[in-house]
Amino acid sequence: MPNGYFHENYIPVLIDLGLIVVVAGGMLLLSYLLGQHKRTREKLMPYECGMTPTGDASHRFSIRFYLVAMIFILLDVEVVFLFPWAVIFRELKMFGFIEMLLFVLIVVAGFVYLWKKGVLDWSRREPGEMQ
Amino acid sequence: MPLPFIVITLIKAIVVLIVLMTVAAYLVWFERKIVARIQNRWGPTRVGPFGLLQPLADAIKLLTKEDFTPAGVFRVPYLLAPALSLTVALLAFAVIPFGPGFQIADLNIGLLFILAISSMGVYGIVLAGWASNSKYSLLGGLRSSAQMISYELAISLSVVGVLLLGGSLSLREIVSAQSGVWGLVPRWNVFPQLVGFFCFFIAAIAETNRLPFDLPEAETELVAGYHTEYSSMKFAMFFIAEYTNMVTASCMATILFFGGWHGPVPSFLPAPLQAVVPLFWFSLKVVLFLFVYVWIRGTLPRFRYDQLMSFGWKFLVPLALINLVVTSFVIALRA
Repeated sequence: MPNGYFHENYIPVLIDLGLIVVVAGGMLLLSYLLGQHKRTREKLMPYECGMTPTGDASHRFSIRFYLVAMIFILLDVEVVFLFPWAVIFRELKMFGFIEMLLFVLIVVAGFVYLWKKGVLDWSRREPGEMQ
Repeated sequence: MPLPFIVITLIKAIVVLIVLMTVAAYLVWFERKIVARIQNRWGPTRVGPFGLLQPLADAIKLLTKEDFTPAGVFRVPYLLAPALSLTVALLAFAVIPFGPGFQIADLNIGLLFILAISSMGVYGIVLAGWASNSKYSLLGGLRSSAQMISYELAISLSVVGVLLLGGSLSLREIVSAQSGVWGLVPRWNVFPQLVGFFCFFIAAIAETNRLPFDLPEAETELVAGYHTEYSSMKFAMFFIAEYTNMVTASCMATILFFGGWHGPVPSFLPAPLQAVVPLFWFSLKVVLFLFVYVWIRGTLPRFRYDQLMSFGWKFLVPLALINLVVTSFVIALRA
């Protein structure tokens, strides 16, 4: 059995989650039941400003979106390390500051490298890249 | 597990939910009114006095509109996306303290919980964009997700300054640490953490996809972005989620930087009324932040996408990092 802390604090979150899921599901169901349903071929087409759509939406898109996601994962994991450090910082004092400074410097070195490589530069176009 | 505890929690959750939905609906009215006045128009006036029944009329209209699923969508994720967006938007309020004791769950990792839950919102948008199988939706979803994760970083970094000052991840304790005064100024985190607040609030505007960062739904290029193919209540659910996220961001700014339910002046009200005072200050601050949101929307034009990304990565993230290092250095010197 979970302990008292779990009971008092996470069970309410679960109850809230249950309630919200019911409300969200109810909204979907209600709108399905209340609205009329007249299907026409044109209505069910993907919207493309009134033109008949050409092909489906699985187009290639810029590699930068992948890069941003990868950089985000790396940096965000590093930020998560800062959270517990910040909470007990008053006990660590100068020792904690110097330790974290070293850590941040290493992160910043990587960040500067990405910056210089032009990964954060969205207006520059790579040779041969699709527009 | 005792039954009364469950019932009380359920009642609390229902009250918070009803208040939140009403606030989100009336935020639309509030925004339309203020933007209209900024642009020298009247805004909604027809439905009820001052157009006050407009949100209700909109809700009825949206519920009874045709709810169709375009051909070629990926059905399950298409249906799941609006529900997911709404669920995570509303769930963030499980840990927000509206006043001392007015809280559904007082987690000791409340701040982490909010950051985690609000970053789940990006799944709803990505799923919607991809599952719609439409070019506008896909582009809108991609843009939106890249934008949200970029500014997520700035938010997490700017919040660390508050953690350094408060020494806790529990939102209740962060607020408690801000009670009292320094001379004439209340002990709010915004004064030592002005730079942090600046980063936080700008990143929060970008995180909620509001102007001037509303690239995901730049009408002139992308129609409606990720919710182009959504109709009826499914569209409204994305809408409610967006406005709820605005309220969450305002609550977070209030709790982390503006002393939560603590007022700037001591109150002299009689004891029975005393219980309402924290709620009053909390709501007042949240409404002020919401007003700033709308004010910015009425004032600034939209960014270009490359400007948006370079602003986030090359300005906000380094600024938040510097703020973090300086703050921790000052605290270490004083300790």
